[in-house]
Parts: sequence; structure tokens; C-alpha cells
Amino acid sequence: MNQGPTSSGGESARFRAGDEVRVRVDNPGGHFRTPAYIQGQAGRVHKLCGVFPNPESLAYGGDGQPAQPLYRVEFSQKQVWPEYRGPVSDKIHVDIYQHWLEPV
Amino acid sequence: MTIPETPGNGHDGHDHEDHPGMAHDEEMGYYALRARAMEALLVEKGICSPDEIQGMVDRVEARSPADGARVVARAWADPEFKALLLSDPEAALAQLGYSLPVTTPKLDVVENTDKLHHLVVCTLCSCYPRALLGRPPDWYKSLAYRSRAVVDPRGVISEFGLDLGDDVEVLVLDSTADLRYLVLPRRPEGSQEMTEEQLAELVTRDSMIGVTNARSPQAVGAG
Repeated sequence: MNQGPTSSGGESARFRAGDEVRVRVDNPGGHFRTPAYIQGQAGRVHKLCGVFPNPESLAYGGDGQPAQPLYRVEFSQKQVWPEYRGPVSDKIHVDIYQHWLEPV
Repeated sequence: MTIPETPGNGHDGHDHEDHPGMAHDEEMGYYALRARAMEALLVEKGICSPDEIQGMVDRVEARSPADGARVVARAWADPEFKALLLSDPEAALAQLGYSLPVTTPKLDVVENTDKLHHLVVCTLCSCYPRALLGRPPDWYKSLAYRSRAVVDPRGVISEFGLDLGDDVEVLVLDSTADLRYLVLPRRPEGSQEMTEEQLAELVTRDSMIGVTNARSPQAVGAG
């Protein structure tokens, strides 16, 4: 069950819209919501969506704390898929929790 | 999550210790059985009550793409409502009498224009704005759609009958987490004189996912 955004007790936001970030490559086991195809990719923060309990903890009955800022991150399709059929301007946005992102 | 309907299998009197292979359960599919087992465990452990589960099922079943169409038609007809829908979807929906439960994932509305076309997918499972549109279509949950929508969105959109030129940017939204996306499709040409009720008939479920545009007035015999 979704717990909704939280206003207190979460990690503070490290990134702002426009920041260059890279998605960590990891397989923590169990439930996580960072698709494999976007791991290792560099993108740009489109916006901060809010602060949400960590689903990796919620999935196993945990309290989701510390809650994680969630970002909509923009990637170039041509960069994610070298064989991509379409113009270079095409983009993909993926929602990624802060602990999966590192600064570039 | 939807609990599949099975005949003669209400909450009262149902023995949850039954297991696959018992005569009356042969009518239930594997996933129906699994859903029943999970429901029984959730109730047994006091995580939620049968009423809460049924309430959630009822809420989702009560919604359909007609609800989304009503919202989109209002946005086409009323610029102030559209601005609110894009900046604060929950406040906009409240104006139309839709109050989303607090347990509902946050909704975000994205606008298609003649230069930018959004397509929504959930590559990890089947995240979908159920609180407004009801249950997603089966193809939305298929592995084919979930993988191809990110790798080849233009190919997928073209299979739904829409060819986008290279001057239109395609933006795929993978709703991997706590947000659900609703596409506000472009208002079709030739719809200027239509009432809000007529406009709503142009808005299809697929156009709010972004695999197509809204229907033309000609397509519904109104042009």
C-alpha cells in the first residue's frame, strides 16, 4: 500500500532541478524500484517530486525511514539505447529515489 | 490490486486453509488462489480488514476512463481549470468532486502539444492512475508493452495508429515509484464549437496513456 508523501523525518534533498546526476549500479536484492536499464546512466534532474517512505523498507514491513526525496530524472533516449529509432531530442523520464543517485 | 471474482466464494464460511487441488478450488486460477491466500493473511495478521479490501476494490471498479475524459474535457474548455490541473491536480480534481484517498499515489498531469508527446509506462509492474481511470487495460500490463514502450515508443505509438513526425519530441514517462501520470491529450482540431459533454466523447483511455491522440470530431460523427 502506498504511504503517501511525508513532510518530516526524511533525508533532505541533495539535488535541484537541472543538476547532472548518475544512477548507481546496484542489486540490493529484494524489492527495489530502480529499473536495470537506467542504472549507470547519466541524466538531469527534471524536478523534485516529494519525499516518500523508502519502498525497499516498506516492502518488508519496515517503516520506510529515513524517507527519500524522489526525483523525476531526464535521460536522452539515444544515450540510453544506442540503437534508438527516433530523433536525438526524444527523452525518457524515470522516477528515482535519492539514495540511487550520485552527483556527476 | 484487484481480487479476482470467483463464484460462491464470499468471505463468510470460506475455509482459508484450503489448498490447490481441493475440488471446489479447481475453478480458481493460480493467481486467484494466490490473491485469496494473501487476502486471508492480511486479515489474519490484522493489517487490513475485509471491508477495507472490498472498499478499495469498489473504489477502483467505480472509476473508468469516462472519469478521466470528464476531467480532460473540462481542461480543454476552461483554461483556468487546465492551469490548475497541471500545477495542482488534486485541487483541480476536487473541483469536479473527485477526492482521492490519502493512500492514493500522487497524480501528475502532463500536457501533449504539437511539439511534445508524452507516453506513460510502468516498466516494473503496472502502475496506472487507477484512482481516476479505474483498471488498466491488459496490454498495459503486458511484458511486450512494458519493454517496447521505453525502447521504441515511436514504433508502439505507430502500431496504435499514430505517426509522429521528427519535429515532435517523444517523452516517455516510466512511473517506477510514487507518482501516477495522466496525459492531457491535445484538443482535436474542429472541436471549437463542441460542448464539454461532446468533448468528453473524444477523449479515449488510450489518449490519456499517450499511445494515441484524442479522436477527431469526424470520428464520432460530430464533424
